[in-house]
Amino acid sequence: MIRFDNVSKVYPRSTRPALSDVNVNVERGEFLFIVGPSGSGKSTMLRLALREERATTGKVLVAGQDLSTLSTRKVPRFRREIGAVFQDFRLLPGKTVDQNVAFALQVIGKPASAIRQLVPETLEMVGLEGKGKRLPHQLSGGEQQRVAIARAVVNKPQILLCDEPTGNLDPKISLDIVHLLDRINRAGTTVVMATHDADTVNDLRHRVVQLDEGRVVRDEEHATYMPRVEAGGAGTSPASGGSSNADDPHAVEDIEGIEQIGDLDPERFGGEDR
Amino acid sequence: MKARFIAGEVWSGLRRNLSMALSVVLVTMVSMFLLGLGLLAQRQADTMKGYWYDRIQVSIYLCTDDSNTPNCQGLAATEAQKQSIESQLRAMPEVKQVFHESEAQAFERFKEQFRNSPITGNVQLGDIPQSFRVQLDDPSKFGVVTSQFERAPGVASVQDQERVLKRFFQIINWITGFSVVLAALMVICATLLMATTIRQAAFIRRREIGIMRLVGASNWTIRMPFIIEMLVVATLGVALAVGMLWVGLRLIFNAGFNQVVLNKALIGANDVWALTPWLFGGVILIAALTSLVTLRRYLRV
Repeated sequence: MIRFDNVSKVYPRSTRPALSDVNVNVERGEFLFIVGPSGSGKSTMLRLALREERATTGKVLVAGQDLSTLSTRKVPRFRREIGAVFQDFRLLPGKTVDQNVAFALQVIGKPASAIRQLVPETLEMVGLEGKGKRLPHQLSGGEQQRVAIARAVVNKPQILLCDEPTGNLDPKISLDIVHLLDRINRAGTTVVMATHDADTVNDLRHRVVQLDEGRVVRDEEHATYMPRVEAGGAGTSPASGGSSNADDPHAVEDIEGIEQIGDLDPERFGGEDR
Repeated sequence: MKARFIAGEVWSGLRRNLSMALSVVLVTMVSMFLLGLGLLAQRQADTMKGYWYDRIQVSIYLCTDDSNTPNCQGLAATEAQKQSIESQLRAMPEVKQVFHESEAQAFERFKEQFRNSPITGNVQLGDIPQSFRVQLDDPSKFGVVTSQFERAPGVASVQDQERVLKRFFQIINWITGFSVVLAALMVICATLLMATTIRQAAFIRRREIGIMRLVGASNWTIRMPFIIEMLVVATLGVALAVGMLWVGLRLIFNAGFNQVVLNKALIGANDVWALTPWLFGGVILIAALTSLVTLRRYLRV
């Protein structure tokens, strides 16, 4: 569904590559966390997958399209296959919840009858039934993010890309949001979520791709995440993660796994990807 | 759905950027008014030329006893000289009509023209010379007549009405040139203002545009509201300009002049209508091109 083949990205006026030689393959229906400290290249991967940026070298294939050869004219149609959610929600402040979600359908020319059916259906799915007439500022952060998720999935995309969707939310609300994403994933949508929030990663135990300075340093199924950089804060993360995983016998193995894999040569992961 | 959606976007866009929209309307109006004024002045000149040139005459005044032009040598023109001039005139291919005005006729015409003026009392029969009134096929060729008869025996002077009119047409040309230059400057202003307005409108709506791109709205869906907005605003400006030209022509020009002087020599509402499609076409073209170029530069996918 999403494949990065030896992808490197160097932004203009920058000497350090944002991504270097990344190889990741995401299957249809998978749920993938991309983790790593700020500036490790998580957002760049999502931007490449959305074709907001183009890879400097290497190939990015998304939903059957080779994005290095996809013409600008075809980009809009390509993006209709993809939903995107961001840390800052990106809702239109002057429009109600209903209108915000409907907007995504109106601008791609969906008929009014379809919009009238899809919008309430989707709002109910994300748990916002009855709040369609509210304005974004009348909602809590978690609710606003649900609106953003509703907008991202209302057109039933194959892929949902989430860039730090819980970055502005409380831990409790964050878990609610990833559970919602998990539910969407189980209904068949491929979900890729970039985050540095260990709790959410450890709660779901999905595949984790860890980036560091633009390189994949770990790619593991059913994994947990212990942030390395935020050493002080990290003490709390595994602790809370540990508490939620207290009855999970694999929790300790996973943490051991991190230590082992952290020593491995990143290039070997390129091989493991295939 | 899409048409209604785009119409809604246009409307909200205009409301949110009202002051800029208004300024585009006004600048477009002024530029098109000036351009229209220049073009109407030119049409007026053309109409007048057609009218006057049909009537324009070259007058060849013959010598009298007390002519002081050196060519006359103080002698009145003889009958032979007069006939020679007349036959030469009639032989010229440029000449359409020749008629002779005797001293008596000239005196009568003078008395008629200046009947309310005390000057008539001092003028006697014979003071105004007899003359040939010559009408030419092409009034601009008067130079041929002048050069041939200026030094002919018995000719006191050759006068051409075109010289007077020329001055008049020159003034009209100046007005035209002036207003067209001003209009050109104003059109540049309007174009730049349209570009700025679109940039500002795009900035005001940057959230919407960001989301549109994200969810895969086509380029045309994103750009159409801006283009339509510009077209609406620019069209409104031209419509006002045409209205002003029409009202101006009716009130000042036609009502003030028309009854007094020659009806046929003046332009009317028809001439405004004749200009209208060109003004509209030009402005729509400018608005569309400016929008497209600006949007190309500022709204990349």
